[in-house]
Amino acid sequence: MDEGLRNELSKQGVFTTTLSDIYNWGRRSSVWPLQFGLACCAIEMIAASMARYDLARFGAEVFRPSPRQADLMIVAGTVTKKMAPQVVRLYNQMPEPKYVIAMGACAISGGPFKQGYNVLKGIDRFIPVDVHIPGCPPRPEALLHAFMTLQRKIDAQEMSGKARPRHLDPDAPSEFPVPQFGEHDLVPSKNDKVWEPAVVVRNG
Amino acid sequence: MKDLESIKQQIEAGVAGAQVSLVPNDSPANQPSLLVDAAHGLAVATFLRDEAELRFDYCSNVTGVDWMETEQKTKVKQVFDGEEKEVEQVVKMPGYLEAVYHLYSMELRHGPLVIRLRTKNRTDEVELPSLTPVWRSCEFQEREIYDLYGIVFAGHPDLRRILMWDEFKDHPMRKDYVEPDDYEYEPTPHDEVLAKSKAHYPAEVKP
Repeated sequence: MDEGLRNELSKQGVFTTTLSDIYNWGRRSSVWPLQFGLACCAIEMIAASMARYDLARFGAEVFRPSPRQADLMIVAGTVTKKMAPQVVRLYNQMPEPKYVIAMGACAISGGPFKQGYNVLKGIDRFIPVDVHIPGCPPRPEALLHAFMTLQRKIDAQEMSGKARPRHLDPDAPSEFPVPQFGEHDLVPSKNDKVWEPAVVVRNG
Repeated sequence: MKDLESIKQQIEAGVAGAQVSLVPNDSPANQPSLLVDAAHGLAVATFLRDEAELRFDYCSNVTGVDWMETEQKTKVKQVFDGEEKEVEQVVKMPGYLEAVYHLYSMELRHGPLVIRLRTKNRTDEVELPSLTPVWRSCEFQEREIYDLYGIVFAGHPDLRRILMWDEFKDHPMRKDYVEPDDYEYEPTPHDEVLAKSKAHYPAEVKP
């Protein structure tokens, strides 16, 4: 709908909207995170949910103890290889539409443990991540910023067409393979459909 | 606490057949320790705990050490065809794994006493007696050493991996451990990481 016409109508007391606007507004105003933390980033996440930073302003104060009731997975902390299958399994158990915020240096890349043997080099190797936040740990403000970024992302989603989100596409996968414990590493060590190694392009 | 030399003599007098030797420490820490032979490890531990003058009733820490095979080069004079020549002789020193226990006495308020147990080698004879029956606090730490160094503690009540998963086969804290090759790009690699970076991103590496 034309923006000018909408403004003109609202001045006359006629409010118009679109179905996708209402749909997205409803979803983004009530994103319930899954209540789990993996390391020190969880402390910042808890602080963000309490009175001083007040995540409730964004409609996300209801941390759910069950993946069946959660819309958002905040991967807050170091994902060890021993923990990774459980994180993927929890993600699979969440109903669509579902979103992931990878919080902190460890969750996005392995962080200070990147060269180690027991830490996953980023949870985006196994599940699709919507917002990455760097920091060690990120401050609650950074988590709020990630949350607003996610809300903007939800706002921009269309209900139909090629760009529609995964939960409106019956052919798109909702569950992702859970890695198995191998003799030397996780098997597979990454999900090729979700993650590809960085391609380095040099200019000049 | 008595000095280590008299504790050593006390152990040898109290436990028949036990061989104890003193391991000096030249570092600034200057904390010498007692090397106990593995066969008498459990008997010596029980003695250290129960002997009235020692009473080491608390084990604060257990850790592992991996000693690789080393080569010692020595110059030896040998006679070839009536001529005397200096020949370099290489002696291979076998490697071994070591468990180190830190003991204190809560009752007599002394410590720490550091005792070491050594395996015969690093490959197949890696068994040591578990001291968990003597000090309960060793249980998880011996499991950790089993997990990360591969020392098998005989007599341990529940010897399973504790940090890595059960299907895991390697022992990551051993010096010859090779981690899985899942290198990911980083902008400023150096040393070992630089070698990995060259293998994965040959065009990126600057001369």
